[in-house]
Amino acid sequence: MTAIQVIRSEWTKIRSVASTVWTLSLAVVVTIALGMLISALSRHDFDSMTPQDRLTFDPTFISFAGMSLGQLAMIVFGVLVVSNEYSSGMIRTSLAAVPQRGTFLASKLAVATALALVVGMATSFAAFFLGQAMLGPHRASLGDPGVLRAVFGGGLYMTLIAVFSMGVATMLRSPMLSLGILMPFFFLISNILGNVSATKKIGRFLPDQAGSKIMQVVSRPDDSTPYGPWGGLGIMVLWVLAALLGGYLLLRRRDA
Amino acid sequence: MIEAVGLTKRYGDKTAVYNLSFQVRPGAVTGFLGPNGSGKSTTMRMILGLDNPTSGQVTIGGYPYRKLPNAARQVGALLDAKAVHGGRTARNHLLSLAQLSGIPARRVDEVLGVVGLQDVASRRSNGFSLGMGQRLGIAAALLGDPQVLLFDEPVNGLDPEGILWVRNLMKMLAAEGRTVFVSSHLMSEMALTADHLIVIGRGQLLSDMSVRDFIAANSAGFARVRTPDTEPQQREKLSSALTEAGGHVLPEQDGALRVTGLPMPRISDIAHETDVRLWELSPHQASLEEAYMRMTQGAVDYRSTDDQKAGLMQPLPPGAQPPVPVPGQGQPGWYAPPPPQEGGQAFAMPDPYGGRQAPNPYMAPGAPGATPPNPYAQPAPAAPQPPAQPPQQAPQAASEAPAAPGTPPAAADPTKPEDVR
Repeated sequence: MTAIQVIRSEWTKIRSVASTVWTLSLAVVVTIALGMLISALSRHDFDSMTPQDRLTFDPTFISFAGMSLGQLAMIVFGVLVVSNEYSSGMIRTSLAAVPQRGTFLASKLAVATALALVVGMATSFAAFFLGQAMLGPHRASLGDPGVLRAVFGGGLYMTLIAVFSMGVATMLRSPMLSLGILMPFFFLISNILGNVSATKKIGRFLPDQAGSKIMQVVSRPDDSTPYGPWGGLGIMVLWVLAALLGGYLLLRRRDA
Repeated sequence: MIEAVGLTKRYGDKTAVYNLSFQVRPGAVTGFLGPNGSGKSTTMRMILGLDNPTSGQVTIGGYPYRKLPNAARQVGALLDAKAVHGGRTARNHLLSLAQLSGIPARRVDEVLGVVGLQDVASRRSNGFSLGMGQRLGIAAALLGDPQVLLFDEPVNGLDPEGILWVRNLMKMLAAEGRTVFVSSHLMSEMALTADHLIVIGRGQLLSDMSVRDFIAANSAGFARVRTPDTEPQQREKLSSALTEAGGHVLPEQDGALRVTGLPMPRISDIAHETDVRLWELSPHQASLEEAYMRMTQGAVDYRSTDDQKAGLMQPLPPGAQPPVPVPGQGQPGWYAPPPPQEGGQAFAMPDPYGGRQAPNPYMAPGAPGATPPNPYAQPAPAAPQPPAQPPQQAPQAASEAPAAPGTPPAAADPTKPEDVR
């Protein structure tokens, strides 16, 4: 009963602030536009590729190239959904109305996650189809083995990135602090750790490195990743659950 | 009914609220008074289950807030009027709160009308003035038509019309049998609104009584008697004669006498009989504001000190006097004398040692006296100096003044719980 009330209230909250529209539409536009651009460039590049590169050419993954940038907008969305409540002080009013903090947090995250899932899925499918259109003759089709899983997984990946940010923001409360940690981490640090050979073994267990495995259809022959596409997504889910649990425990114990 | 028992809250090594016990009864407006930082808001947050008490507990209708069934419909609160997402319209803000508590959406327009915001309901709240924000906060508190209402500084930023409206609203809510708990740092406002007063200072209870009792206990009158300053022996003579007649005499800093227990005509008669001339015989009554200030004087955390302007000025040439500040302008330990209509005071004499005489059961004896003499407590320049105070002392005393706020020792802390009853 309370959960339904909170969900209705959170839906009103989320649709009545401009930041929701801005961050989500930015995520959509950036992911799709950048994916199309890279796809178009790859199409012209294909002819000059080595035979080995052509063998590992992954048209599905290429159309998701915009996600590395688009996910940053999803992070901002996730952070703002939670930390708006703290920076405005609304959290006190909300928790006074719903003293069951677990219910409050779960319902709030459910609404934001559902919205992120819808937007993420739509973005992933749009990025795939428009990206493939740009690739022209080298395109993959949704019926090819592993492609539907990758496109569906792309939507899940974007959603999980947003949910992870919500968990982190619940722990940290401040939007500046949350963004200041998450943005450079996902944009730079994770990529560096995942690609430098010395740190690769640890880096590939980071949430985005592990999660993005699901968007790959063709893997490199020298790929030694110890997990498959769903295994990678599972690792990411564990990260998300840890962030949410941390947020919940802190919210329950902390003074609002 | 709100009931706190031994409520204590510590943040690290700072104790915000200590051993606070009180009851807030339905059918009355209960004022919650205290200086800035005295723990009012912390207490309010603990009542609402937002902050966990370090020890003790507070219940509403017998339940701790977090266990209260359907809390949002039973308790309405205005904690911070600025706690609104500025990008959301007033209506959407209230709608989200209504949905949170399972309140029908049409109630939103009702409360918007009650607080007079119906015309700006679809405007974003970041364009609201302080007063409009306050009205929006009050609307949120009224949403669930609750039986228990908490308001933290509800009149902040309101215009006189708004203040009057809030005052009447509180009284109306209480008259309907609701429990109304209003915090404020303005005694004057609470004297007009509240039926009952709970005063805290430094997180501890200073007073818990009805406004009528508070006035009776704290606004005792006295007579100020001034004999010619040129003849100190006359003062001694009158002093002993008054004491003999059953009066209680207390010398004031500037040489005047504070007399209680004798009616004014009797004082005049005694002076006549003992052949002492009087320069002043005036009735005084401590105002409620003054009583409150006196009560919380030792518990003020943030007190302004005299602006020495030492960082700006050249050192004074020897023998030169620093400019005499206007009495009563932001000096520590000074508070305004009661207005003429209340105290009947003809001369705006500063009252440096307020409270030495008035029977205040909440004040540890001698606590105000522990404060070093206020350099500005000397009589106005027109009055002659008492011989005991050569004028050269003034600059020296002035340099001591900034130390005053910290001086009341912990032992004589007027907020000691033993002194409460």
